[in-house]
Amino acid sequence: MGVGIHVRNLNAWFGTKQALYDINLEIPANQATAVIGPSGCGKSTFVRCINRMHETIPEARVDGKIQMGDTDVYGRGISPVSIRRRIGMVFQKPNPFPTMSIYDNVAAGLKLNGFHKRRELDEVVERSLQNAALWDEVKDDLKKKSGISLSGGQQQRLCIARALAVQPEIMLMDEPASALDPISTSKIEDLIFQLKQDYTIVIVTHNMQQAARVADHTGFFLMGKLIEFDKTEKMFTNPTDKRTEDYITGRFG
Amino acid sequence: MLKPSKTSVSLRRRLSNGLALSGITLATAIVVVPLILIMGTVAYHGISGLNWAFFTQMPKPPGETGGGMANALVGSGMILMIASAIGIPMGIGTGIFLAEYGRNAYGDVVRFTADVLNGVPSIVIGLTAWALVVVTQGHFSAFSGGIALGIMMIPTVSRTTEEVLLMVPQSVREAALGLGIPQWRTTLSVVVRTAMSGIVTGIMLAFARIAGETAPLMFTAFGNQFWSTSFREPVAAVPLQIYVYAISPFDEWHRLAWTGAFVLILLIAGAMILFRFATSRGIMRETT
Repeated sequence: MGVGIHVRNLNAWFGTKQALYDINLEIPANQATAVIGPSGCGKSTFVRCINRMHETIPEARVDGKIQMGDTDVYGRGISPVSIRRRIGMVFQKPNPFPTMSIYDNVAAGLKLNGFHKRRELDEVVERSLQNAALWDEVKDDLKKKSGISLSGGQQQRLCIARALAVQPEIMLMDEPASALDPISTSKIEDLIFQLKQDYTIVIVTHNMQQAARVADHTGFFLMGKLIEFDKTEKMFTNPTDKRTEDYITGRFG
Repeated sequence: MLKPSKTSVSLRRRLSNGLALSGITLATAIVVVPLILIMGTVAYHGISGLNWAFFTQMPKPPGETGGGMANALVGSGMILMIASAIGIPMGIGTGIFLAEYGRNAYGDVVRFTADVLNGVPSIVIGLTAWALVVVTQGHFSAFSGGIALGIMMIPTVSRTTEEVLLMVPQSVREAALGLGIPQWRTTLSVVVRTAMSGIVTGIMLAFARIAGETAPLMFTAFGNQFWSTSFREPVAAVPLQIYVYAISPFDEWHRLAWTGAFVLILLIAGAMILFRFATSRGIMRETT
């Protein structure tokens, strides 16, 4: 089951450059939430703060509070590794492990954390690939083909399967379809629809139609600030803030 | 008309294309021809002495015909084993450190030191091992020869390891970290694994380089006319034996030196092929 995410007064920096200013929002459990905004507005930084990937960049810094379910993500004694195990992440560019087979790619999160029970791994791999709508296309070459021998759209679904295999509570998707063709994109969108039964989904996107299609809530970021956060329908039909309206209607960004 | 005539353009292009192509073909030939000549000469002189006795018999005193390099082959094997046991893990470890944690002043010092070490003449490394090991232990040994050659392996292995690790895209590291895999696991099981074929190339280059080294062994392994399999005693080594035989006045020894050189090349090539084969099982293929 998914859990909600509560963000309080979140600020983030790269060195001395501030990337996020006082972000406050509530991401509901088991729903898809879209994050939109022009390039460089802090969308990616925001989602990377949720699973503590932001701090892997040298000189990057975070301040504020993020709560996922009952866990204080930046709490004392909480290791980033334990947080990342509970949060799956899908990146803009498909990034399967190049030297691993399809099977090993999906099993990587479990295997590299010391889980080696053969039969259970087989089950997890099959279930994850089925949930990522990739099983039928790859089931005959699971161990024969490498992850990068697949097409771009298949690679991205492989990355989704890989993230699902560790059974996270939250899925972060950083522009998961921006490098894909329309057919692959619609497959990923269908997938998001199904996945939100079991996971809380946060999706960063440049594509406003995509946000409108898949998300229950949408947040609009501009220059590191959260301008508006509301039900997607409201955001796209009757936004409160003038800047949101300008962006959505294509007047800037 | 602005349009230039079709034939003149294609003629000029064909000419420059032909020129450039012959240029690079010539350059390749300049590199390859001496190599083939060297290999050919060694094979031509060495192949006649190639027989079973060369591998199984001990060196014979001057004046007697026949004899082989059994002791030198075993000695070289022992020395290279020690050298690899030192040079490969230390080189890979240093390379991983430089690539993953070495973006700082300490990393720069290590990097610079490795580059300087790479340029130190091999005889100086031999003298260093002599001073550190032979003098303190009071005797020449296979062990000290292995240390000298092991030190020579480190810079080559570490710098190539660093370079191929840096070629692994950041997105692959992020994918692993994002799955909740700890940093050390990410480095060893994902980043190093992805770069494995490049690391193997570095190891093979370093191995091939030290396998033919003579100078560092002169004051360490020292050479031995007799059979020895003790790491604590002086041992013969193929390059040392070739050197001794080549500067001797005896035709029979010259013949053995040629055969030794030929066998040395064969063994190094064989070791490389084996090593490459052993590390490229399954679907692990070099990728971008």
